[in-house]
Amino acid sequence: MTSPSLDPIRFGKPAYIYRGLQQVGMILLGIALLVAMWEGYKAFGAWTDGTWPGTERELPVPSDNLNMPHSYDIVKQLFEPVTRRADETLFSFLFKSAWFTFKMAFLGFVIGTIVGLALAVVMLRSSWLERGLVPWINVSQTIPLIALAPLVVTWGRGSFLSDTQSVAVIAAYLTFFPVAVNGLAGLKSPDAQALELMRSFAAPWSKTLFKLRFPAARPYLFPAFRLAAALSVVGTIVGEISAGVKGGVGRVVLDYAGKYSTGPERLYGSILAAAALGLFVFGIITLAEKILMRGQVGGNA
Amino acid sequence: MSNKNTRGWRLLAMLLALAMMAAACGSDVTDAVDGATDAAGDAVDDATDAAGDAVDDATDAAGDAVDDAMGDDDAMAACEGMDDVTLQLQWFAQSQFAGYYAAVAEGFYEARCLNVTIEEGGVDIVPQQQLGSGAADYAISWVPKALGSRAEGIDIVNVAQIFQRSGTLQVSFKDSGISGPGDFSGKNIGSWGYGNEFELLAGAHKAGLDESADFTIVGQNFDMLALINGEIDAAQAMTYNEYAQVLETINPDTGELFTADDLTVIDWNEEGTAMLQDAIWADGTKLGDAAYDDQTTRFIAASMEGWMWCRDNADACVNHVLDAGSTLGATHQTWQLNEINKLIWPSAGGIGVMDQGLWDQTITVATGEGVLAEAPDAEAFTTQYADEAINLLGDSDTTGDSWSPVTVVLTEGGE
Repeated sequence: MTSPSLDPIRFGKPAYIYRGLQQVGMILLGIALLVAMWEGYKAFGAWTDGTWPGTERELPVPSDNLNMPHSYDIVKQLFEPVTRRADETLFSFLFKSAWFTFKMAFLGFVIGTIVGLALAVVMLRSSWLERGLVPWINVSQTIPLIALAPLVVTWGRGSFLSDTQSVAVIAAYLTFFPVAVNGLAGLKSPDAQALELMRSFAAPWSKTLFKLRFPAARPYLFPAFRLAAALSVVGTIVGEISAGVKGGVGRVVLDYAGKYSTGPERLYGSILAAAALGLFVFGIITLAEKILMRGQVGGNA
Repeated sequence: MSNKNTRGWRLLAMLLALAMMAAACGSDVTDAVDGATDAAGDAVDDATDAAGDAVDDATDAAGDAVDDAMGDDDAMAACEGMDDVTLQLQWFAQSQFAGYYAAVAEGFYEARCLNVTIEEGGVDIVPQQQLGSGAADYAISWVPKALGSRAEGIDIVNVAQIFQRSGTLQVSFKDSGISGPGDFSGKNIGSWGYGNEFELLAGAHKAGLDESADFTIVGQNFDMLALINGEIDAAQAMTYNEYAQVLETINPDTGELFTADDLTVIDWNEEGTAMLQDAIWADGTKLGDAAYDDQTTRFIAASMEGWMWCRDNADACVNHVLDAGSTLGATHQTWQLNEINKLIWPSAGGIGVMDQGLWDQTITVATGEGVLAEAPDAEAFTTQYADEAINLLGDSDTTGDSWSPVTVVLTEGGE
């Protein structure tokens, strides 16, 4: 068992685990740094009495416990009951809210991905449609979401959509954009030689699309998916807040923002939940990329 | 080639899996909604049973009100099917809307053959637009805001003026020396904007001050942090919400809760620039239609029963509100209901009946401050349905003359 040369297959797995541990370590280090900066700023503020040293000029944010609660108080609050009469901890309440938001965001992500890919294929097929559609696709992203969200919800109520489905549509509105734009670039990415080879086989357009263009588009699509996943969470939270949909993390953030002065730790807790949700969807896409891009060199476009 | 082939299929399979998961999640969302509806239905059933039990207790103060409801129930034993009604609120579930939640939970709507769904508000949900678009059958809105929408062409009519007083205050710390709008001079005065500023502007104008020269209006969030941090000298606050929030906050200087003694309040009802707030609005294009008229009267009557029940059973009523939102604090909502009751009771002409003098004052302030270009037409409100509803309620106490507020002790965080 003492082979003199390092066998890449035998040592592949431990290296993979090692990389994973390294990644977790970096995340923990990042959190530790953030906490240190937060508490450091508070300590600095307490030391100077809230002003820049040697001046009367106030610090940009007051460092007292009302404006910036201690990080350990925020964590402690997570394990206190939501309200005095509830058995549920804030943590479990936030977890449920984040899951509720995740479901809407995921639906939005899927709708947005399908629409985005469909647009990319349509634009690939006809340069005439591409010229016609691209300006509209760009314009679509300049319309403020908060102007659109209440309209979608009102239309949804007038038709067959529930409010949660309307929120998913709002999320899809944000997510289709990067998928369509990067998807088109990716579908166009195979070089002329590869396309000519397909042509020499007399491969129909659809075969070329699925066997050459889509596989070639993957390095373009995954960055778009990562962006789309983050946008789907943002879109869902904005949609929830705008439409007053109950049960998700957006509503909780808004609720606690309104009660900020009476419980700042709760608002920070709910913001942490929203951030964790963002990390979670990011992780899912990264995992999917790892699986689907296995054996490919240069995973990123 | 074969390698690429399998990769392509893998991508397709992945997409398919995503789509299937989405479908599953989609139905999950629907299931959750269904579940919630079932739960609500069960709650209504339970509440109806509870109401039935309460009737047996003839000495119960609530007995009268419930009795009437059950009396009508007998008359309407032959409910020819239930009318589905959607009520759009202005904001999330809280005691501000306690009467409607109680009317659902205690079965008052059901007893009048109504199946009521309460839609909570959102940041961008304008109740009168939901009403105008047909997404809601009735909406709760403040009078000046709703009249603004009416002036823009949404045909909505005030059919029951539930709150007889304004709940808006301007709150400042004692040491700022602001005891009336005349003291705004040179100060930073907070306001939420979006139409919430007109009582305060009218008050200042009355005192001879002008916001462009004498004081500064500062945009304010819906929390009281700006006041506590000293960024503004006076903050806008509802008696039933933000004012209580200050009293639920620890004073960083003393380590104790702030007290009412630390604060001075300007009450726009006393300054004579108050504008009417929560009212029930109906769809003007449907009023006059016999079925909608009848439904409107029944809806108002049951809502009034809800409010009377919340007046006479405050603690039980707060529990119905708390059941509607998992983040609501019990003492905060108890305080809120007490303050809401103060805004409703006493109602000289009976709950829901418009006080012409307050309507006129609202219009004077609204036109004077440019909220409305001109006074609304006579059809903007009607007391017809509220009067009929009061007739339906028989000898229930619809004026609440003998009601007196309780003292609610607030706790840190309002829990």
